[in-house]
Amino acid sequence: MDALKPPEPPREEQDVILTPPPPVRRIVVDREPTVVQPPPSNGHAPQAAPGAIGLASPVRRPEPSPGPKVERMRTESVSISYGDKVAVDDVTLPVRQGEVLALIGPSGCGKTTLLRSLNRLVEITPTAVRGGRITLDGEDIDQMEVTALRRRVSMVFQQPNPFPMSVFDNVAYALREQGSGRPGKEALMSHVGDALVRAGLWDEVGATLDHPALRLSGGQQQRLCIARALAARPEVLLLDEPCSALDPRSTQVIEELILKLRDEVAVVIVTHNMQQALRIADHVGFMYLGELVEYGPAEQVFGDPREARTREYVGGAFG
Amino acid sequence: MSTPPRDSVKSWPWRDRVGYYAAWAAGLTLIAVAGAIVIYMAFRGAQYFDLGMLFESPNATLNQSESGGFKDPLIGTTLLLVMSTLIAAPLGVTIAVWLTEYGRPRGLARTVESAVEVVAGTPSIVLAMFGLVFFQQQWLSFLTFSSEGSNVVLGRSFIAAAAMMSLIALPLVVGATREALNSIPGHVREASYALGKTKAATIRRVLLPAARPGIGTGAALGMGRVAGDTAIVVVLLGAVMQIQNGAEGSVFGLFRGLGSTLTSYVYYNSPAGEGLAPEKAYFAAFVLLLIVIVLNFIVTRIARGREPAWTR
Repeated sequence: MDALKPPEPPREEQDVILTPPPPVRRIVVDREPTVVQPPPSNGHAPQAAPGAIGLASPVRRPEPSPGPKVERMRTESVSISYGDKVAVDDVTLPVRQGEVLALIGPSGCGKTTLLRSLNRLVEITPTAVRGGRITLDGEDIDQMEVTALRRRVSMVFQQPNPFPMSVFDNVAYALREQGSGRPGKEALMSHVGDALVRAGLWDEVGATLDHPALRLSGGQQQRLCIARALAARPEVLLLDEPCSALDPRSTQVIEELILKLRDEVAVVIVTHNMQQALRIADHVGFMYLGELVEYGPAEQVFGDPREARTREYVGGAFG
Repeated sequence: MSTPPRDSVKSWPWRDRVGYYAAWAAGLTLIAVAGAIVIYMAFRGAQYFDLGMLFESPNATLNQSESGGFKDPLIGTTLLLVMSTLIAAPLGVTIAVWLTEYGRPRGLARTVESAVEVVAGTPSIVLAMFGLVFFQQQWLSFLTFSSEGSNVVLGRSFIAAAAMMSLIALPLVVGATREALNSIPGHVREASYALGKTKAATIRRVLLPAARPGIGTGAALGMGRVAGDTAIVVVLLGAVMQIQNGAEGSVFGLFRGLGSTLTSYVYYNSPAGEGLAPEKAYFAAFVLLLIVIVLNFIVTRIARGREPAWTR
C-alpha cells in the first residue's frame, strides 16, 4: 500500500479505454478505479468504456450541499512526531459539517497521522508526540474523556474490519456498555436499523441481522463499518482510505454514501486516489512531507493550484 | 499462463533426490508407526473387550476374575481432565492476554515468557515431586487427603494432582491463545478503540471471541497431555486403585480424595507394574487411546473452525 499508485493510467491505456477491444476491457475492470476522466486540461471528452463496472458515469462534481456549513473541528498549529521523525508539521485546518474534506498527498506525507490525531488514536503509538490544539465544537479534545471523544469523532479504516459477531452486534457495538446496564436488543433495534439505513446497507442485510458480519462481501463489510461508526451518532466521521481495498462497484456505492452523509456529519477522508477526491470532496488539503502545502476548494486545488508542488502532484509528476 | 512441464525427479541433482525420498520415507514411517500402535491396540482392545469393565471398580486381589474393572480409573481420568482444564484454561488465557495486549514492563513480560517455557520443559515427574513438597505444607492440608485421626499431611489428592497437571496444559493454552491473538490485525483493535471502547472492553468483546478457536485448540491439546500423564498420578494421587473420599459425605471430599487414572491403571496392571492382568491393561490402554484420539479429533475440528479472516 505504500507504493503510490500512478494517479493516471498511462497514455496508451487511456486510448484503449476510449476504443476498448474486448480482451483488454476485462483488465481495465480489474484495475484501481482510477480510470475515470483525464484532468480538465487534457482536452478530450470523457468517454466511459461501455461495460466498465461502476465507472460508467464520468466524473461529476457533487453539487455543493445546500445545508449550512458548520465548523465542527479545527486543528491549530498541530505538529506530530514519532521519535525524531516529524510526521505532521504545523497544520491548521477547519473541519466543517455539510462538506467533505479530503486529505491527499503521497505516502508518508502525514495525512493518516493527522486524521488519527482528530480522535486521538495517535496516542496508541507510544513514541508519538503531539503539539498544537485540536478543538471539537470549540472544546479542546485533550480535555475530553478519550472514549467520549471517540464516540463523537468516529472512524472507518482502510481494511474492512467488522468484529467476529453478528451484523446486529457489530452495529450495536458502540451503543452497548455505555452505562452499567446493558440495553436490550429491542431498545437498540431502532438505532441499529437507523444506522444501517444511513449506511445504505439495510436493504441487503435487514432480514439477516443475526448472520455473522464476516460473511458479507468486502463492500458490504465496509458499509457495515460505516454503519457501526454512525450508530453512536457522531459529529465527525473520519475515513482512512475507505475504498482502497474495494472493487470499483463498491467504491462507487461508498462514494455516493459519503456525499449523502456530509449534511449530517462532518466528513474527513484520506485518499490516495485523486480522482476520488475530485469526485467527492468539497475542500481538499494537499499534504507533502508533513506540511499542509495547500488547502482550498476542490475545484481550485485541482483546477488552479496555487503551489507548484500541488500542481506537480495533481499532474502526476511526483510521488 | 501455461502450466510448466512437470519436471521428473530423475532429472534432479542426486542430493535433491536423496532429500526428496528421505522426506517421503520419514512420512511413511511415521504413518506406519502410528498405524501399528492404533491397530495393535484396537486388536488387543477388541480381543479383551468387556464393556462391564467400564462399570466395575477395581479390587485388590490376586484372583483376576474378581479384580474388577476400571470404573474408578475412568472417573479419575475424567475428574483430572475437568479440574486441570478449569485451572489451566483461565490462567493460560489471562497470561496470554497480558503478554500480547499489555506486556509491559518489557522485562517482566520476558520473564513471564521464560517461566512459561520452563514449565513447558519441566518433566512431569519433576512437577510431581515439586507438587508433593508443596502440598505437604501444613497450612495446605485442607486440600489434600488425610486419614482419619492422623495429622500427617501426605500432600496427595485430586486437587494436588490437578494443580500440577494444569501446569502441563498451561503452556499449550498460553501458546495457542497468543498465536490466535497475534493473528488479529492491529486495525481491528483500533476499530474498537475508535468506537470509544477501552482496552479491557476490546479484549472482552472482540479479541477473546475472535481467539476462541485458538483457545479451544490449546485447551484440547492440553487435555490430551493431561490424559496421558502417569508420573503425576502415581506420585500425587496415591497408589490406590479405588477412589478414596477425603471427607465422607461431601463433594469437596472427592477432590481431597485419592484415586487412580487409566494411565496408572495400565501401569499397575501391565507386566511393567506389579499387577499381572495384561488383558485388562490392554483394554484400559485402548480406552485411553480412544479418549486421546477423540480429543485430537476435537482439536482438528476446532482448529478448522472459523478463525475470522481479516485482510491485514
